[in-house]
Amino acid sequence: MRYLPLTDADRAEMLAVVRAPSVEALFEDVPAATRLSGDLDLPPHQGELEVERALAGLAARNRAAGAGPFFCGAGAYRHHVPASVDHIIQRSEFLTSYTPYQPEIAQGTLQVLFEFQTQVAALTGLPVANASMYDGSTACAEAVMMAARVTRRRKAILSGGLHPHYAEAAWTLAHSAGVVTRRLPAAVDAERAVVEAIDTETACVVVQTPNVFGTASELGAIAEAAHAAGALMVVVTTEAVSFGLLKPPGAMGADIAVAEGQSIGNPLSFGGPYVGLFAAREAFVRQMPGRLCGETRDAEGRRGFVLTLSTREQHIRREKATSNICTNSGLCALAFSIHMTLLGETGLRRLAALNHARARRLRDALEALPRVEVLTPRFFNELALRLPRPAAAVVEALAAAGIVAGVPFSRLDPRAGLDDVLLVCATETTTDDDIAALARGLAAETAP
Amino acid sequence: MRFSKDHEWVEPDGGEAAIGITAYAAEQLGDVVFIELPELGRKVKAGEPLAVVESVKAASDVFSPVAGEVIAVNASLPGSPETVNAEPERDGWLVKLKLADPAEADALMDRHAYEAFLAAL
Repeated sequence: MRYLPLTDADRAEMLAVVRAPSVEALFEDVPAATRLSGDLDLPPHQGELEVERALAGLAARNRAAGAGPFFCGAGAYRHHVPASVDHIIQRSEFLTSYTPYQPEIAQGTLQVLFEFQTQVAALTGLPVANASMYDGSTACAEAVMMAARVTRRRKAILSGGLHPHYAEAAWTLAHSAGVVTRRLPAAVDAERAVVEAIDTETACVVVQTPNVFGTASELGAIAEAAHAAGALMVVVTTEAVSFGLLKPPGAMGADIAVAEGQSIGNPLSFGGPYVGLFAAREAFVRQMPGRLCGETRDAEGRRGFVLTLSTREQHIRREKATSNICTNSGLCALAFSIHMTLLGETGLRRLAALNHARARRLRDALEALPRVEVLTPRFFNELALRLPRPAAAVVEALAAAGIVAGVPFSRLDPRAGLDDVLLVCATETTTDDDIAALARGLAAETAP
Repeated sequence: MRFSKDHEWVEPDGGEAAIGITAYAAEQLGDVVFIELPELGRKVKAGEPLAVVESVKAASDVFSPVAGEVIAVNASLPGSPETVNAEPERDGWLVKLKLADPAEADALMDRHAYEAFLAAL
């Protein structure tokens, strides 16, 4: 079918309706500098073979995470995803029915979501979990808004250990809804400063563990202080594999736990799509964003699944919906669930222990370097390092040598004054050779 | 007791008034499963959303028929929302307001007028 654009007669008719003399006049309020003048600078059309060749050339300029030593973490993690995960999510029963438009007909899809929720609840130590959010950062932003609804207060305290991108996402969503976010200064032990920032106007404190500097914290005292002031505690986790080793947020007094689920079952994939995990205390279930799948019995007493509490959602409540999210990351949640199922409880614990062991090996190797300071006292699989010169320059220099050394903190927050801080991460994919290469590279780049 | 076109009732008592949804509204909504009540001290104008009544079918705003300040909410409803279906115009009251203008409710429909209004729907 040919695509027929508007005719001149169509245009004239439309312009007459809006009383604009010309298309130019219609757009006169758009600043000239932002408008396209002339044609787009694109080559003429080409055949499939030529296009494939050109795109393959572009793709070859990428450097895949698996191409050599790789130490980036800080919100997105390189883990091994078993081939079986990809195989199962590509089955047409899952792939083509990933979103339940007629939910109760898609019992298999609902059952997967129900099992996903069960896994998230078990990992976070909280009784209710939803069918997933877009990613960890939007889940965090939704948690702030939810806390404001529950407490009817309009201020959120964001720990300086929260991933700066999460803080920005929270601000983006919250400020237009009239919720103020106050972000505390970034620091390796930022959790220490949270309690004294809580006041009786505080809807919630948002704390991350392990935090963006890798620090794993016990958060019980923050929860107590928050609850004493009538505020909620939101716990953020960007590395979901840490649930296999660390105390779950619910056991530390979290009212809402959110996490990035990419680590389990999902590849780095240029930063998305990912899957947000969201769990809360049962008393707040009606203020939760997103879809919820429930278990029920049908008329003949058989086990079945339904989307429940949909009356809160956008397709019914329109602009008054609890949240604007009316969907979930179905396929990524499925990958998460399948990988979790393959791992099981024992497998996840072993994977987490392996990650921590690799990170300890990395810590030991880096601590031996005279001009590199390891800042993170208690960690899972990430560390913050202080270098004698800007971390971004060191990363650039090592990248030229084929080593992806990690994430300079200035890349996440250029204004924090932490340009000398480098964030590194080790996972089960990190080999001894990788660690030795990084240690050699850092030694050379930090030599006086 | 006075009635609004949005199917709320208001029963003034001195400078205060109880507010709820009418029997007609409760029947139209179906089984009520959850009620979101306002915080004490909140000031509302006439026509502003005051509470949310959620049934198995829909979640609906309850609009305040009069202006005032919330001085009480029906604390038994969160535990037994079905009271709104069983006794919508008595034990199923939602909110008590301190009225901004005690005469404001007089402008609303009386029962006779409300029944005529329903008959014409």
